Amino acid sequence: MIAQIRTLFRYRLLVQSLVGRELKARYRGSVLGFFWSFINPLLQLLTYGLVFTVILPGRHSPEMQPYLLFFFCGILPWTFFQSSLVESSGVLIAGGNLIKKVLFPAEVLPVVTVFSNLAHFLLGLPILLAFALYAGRLKPAALLLPLPLLVQLVLTLGLVFVISALTVHFRDIQSILGHLMHLWFFASPVLYYHQDVPERVRQVLRFNPMWHIMISYQEMLFHGSFQHWRGLLLTGAVALVTFGVGLLFFDRLRDTLAEEV
Amino acid sequence: MSTLAALASGVAVSARDVTKVYRRFLHKHQFRTLKSALLTGSLLSDLRPDQTFTAVDGVSFDVPRGSTFGVIGENGSGKSTLLKLAAGITRPTRGRLVVEGRVSALIELGAGFHPEISGRENVYINGIMLGLTRRQVEERFDEIVAFAELERFIDAPVKTYSSGMYARLGFAVAIHVDPDVLLIDEVLAVGDEAFTRKCLDKIGEFRRRGKTIVIVTHSLALVEKMCDDVLWLRHGRVADHGDPKRVVDAYLTYVAGGEDALLAQEHAQAAEAPAEPAETEDEGRYRQGRWGSRDVEITSVRLLDDGGRERHVFVPGESLTVELAVEARQPVEDFVFGIGVFTSDGVSVYGTNTDIEDFKAEGAAGRGTVRFVVQELSLVEGTYLLDVAAHRRDGTPYDYHRGLYSFRVKSRTKDVGLYRPRHRWEFAGGVRVSPPAPRAELDLHDLDDGEGQPPLPDDDKPAR
Repeated sequence: MIAQIRTLFRYRLLVQSLVGRELKARYRGSVLGFFWSFINPLLQLLTYGLVFTVILPGRHSPEMQPYLLFFFCGILPWTFFQSSLVESSGVLIAGGNLIKKVLFPAEVLPVVTVFSNLAHFLLGLPILLAFALYAGRLKPAALLLPLPLLVQLVLTLGLVFVISALTVHFRDIQSILGHLMHLWFFASPVLYYHQDVPERVRQVLRFNPMWHIMISYQEMLFHGSFQHWRGLLLTGAVALVTFGVGLLFFDRLRDTLAEEV
Repeated sequence: MSTLAALASGVAVSARDVTKVYRRFLHKHQFRTLKSALLTGSLLSDLRPDQTFTAVDGVSFDVPRGSTFGVIGENGSGKSTLLKLAAGITRPTRGRLVVEGRVSALIELGAGFHPEISGRENVYINGIMLGLTRRQVEERFDEIVAFAELERFIDAPVKTYSSGMYARLGFAVAIHVDPDVLLIDEVLAVGDEAFTRKCLDKIGEFRRRGKTIVIVTHSLALVEKMCDDVLWLRHGRVADHGDPKRVVDAYLTYVAGGEDALLAQEHAQAAEAPAEPAETEDEGRYRQGRWGSRDVEITSVRLLDDGGRERHVFVPGESLTVELAVEARQPVEDFVFGIGVFTSDGVSVYGTNTDIEDFKAEGAAGRGTVRFVVQELSLVEGTYLLDVAAHRRDGTPYDYHRGLYSFRVKSRTKDVGLYRPRHRWEFAGGVRVSPPAPRAELDLHDLDDGEGQPPLPDDDKPAR
């Protein structure tokens, strides 16, 4: 596994260039170009804000006020997570030409997907911070932000290794994944405050790593004090294991990739 | 010698018993869903193949450092798979293949290009993909663009490029990676002639600088010209390996042998064809057929070489004998034998008969043989159809076989036309040319010596 991590590190320049290319190519031809990275989260926020403050108002516990900011704290990292998983499912098939015709470590492709989405997240982050500052919620706890981000990154990488390699063999995953992500979204505290969930349900949802990551973001950016250390560290351990298993799994299927895509 | 020992002793690529087995998955498995795989716990067993296909089978060879190594063979013989194995794109199922130094593989030009971004950005990314650092690409950038002749378009998105421009840029990047071992798979066919020549020059420069090149190609002329060593693959196995001229000749003989077998089959079918009634002569169109009273019957037609062996593929300058076995049902005194040679699209190349040439028929009875001997076949490459006939002097046919037989002329000189006069070139005054490299025409005499037995090298044979 050390060897695989070293390979990835050796190709970091390539990952970097490909992420740059991905970002450039994505908005090539659109009028607003790069601004879409800012506009997308804003529009998303506006939609949900409309639903939960105008259509369904006043149903939020005080821990979620102002609701729009609360929701923003969760949806931005969640989008990073969900887009990475969904996009990576097709990335090996789309990049088949590279795998078959160029000496190219295939794991670079899902990694590029994750980092492109990380870039979008980081572009949206200043908007979130500005909102938090405006609402008077920006506290020193926000400096801990890299921690849940790192845990989330490692977890996402581990998952996309498995998903991207498996999708080559089972294209069904691309269809299933959308629904699965929907379910996962509601099983994570993005729309709601985690304490509002009935105790018995919470016992189950605690096994969801995104549960703890989302709570961490909310505590750091919204509540202003980080208490969820234990949950985050445990999740970090889970993320590391996922990463290792994912990488080994990918390596196991590597030889079949060039033949199947 | 082990692969590592081979590398230590000045070998750039070393293959030992390399075997690549591709798996084929049956459809029911291909479309099996993940759910069922998870439910039945058959996930990993589903990833096992149902059928296997051995693309490369126990191949061993060494490519000495600084040499140019050619791989030839028919389509599907495993050439490209071998190259992918050398490039490290796939791993051998069995055996070992070790390459020393930096490898650049020209398998598909511009495979990594992204259509939406500019040529400039693609050069950087492609270069990095092939193992350069950003600095190195920067240093070589101008050279790459100049080589691809794309100075004016380098900032346009690659999707606006023509396929030739695309391939040029791909080749330019790949060649400027400056590999120790360059792997080339039939990529020189793209682009116009001027660019192909430029690529060949660049490859020549590579050779002079002592780099190792492995080239997979159908261009036998290229192989003979450039390679120090040639490997001929047949159905994934090494059919022959060694001196380019010898291996290429053996390969051509083998290919011609395949064609020979095919033509022989047609021949046999023609002989069995039932007699057809005389058909209305359809002028301008060449139709096969057989007609006549059969008072004099042509019972068999054989094409022979100067050794009396039956053949259907000949090379220019060889002798060809058309041998007719004839049988006169009753004694006749009025008979003419004729021969006609046509191109495959029905253009008459030559026709004659015994009457035109003033032979006086005296009598024919019972069985006999008629031979039409061409001392020197003066035809260009192509497939030719043969008419043979026995008829009365007034043209009333006894037995007319129209286009039932064919033979093929194979030549490495790609001259054109119908007829190759015996000729030579002379140059004088300020015109200086160097004579062509001596090359033997295909030697087809050894065809029947058994498959896979290449003719022995025969270096002091004069060029024909």
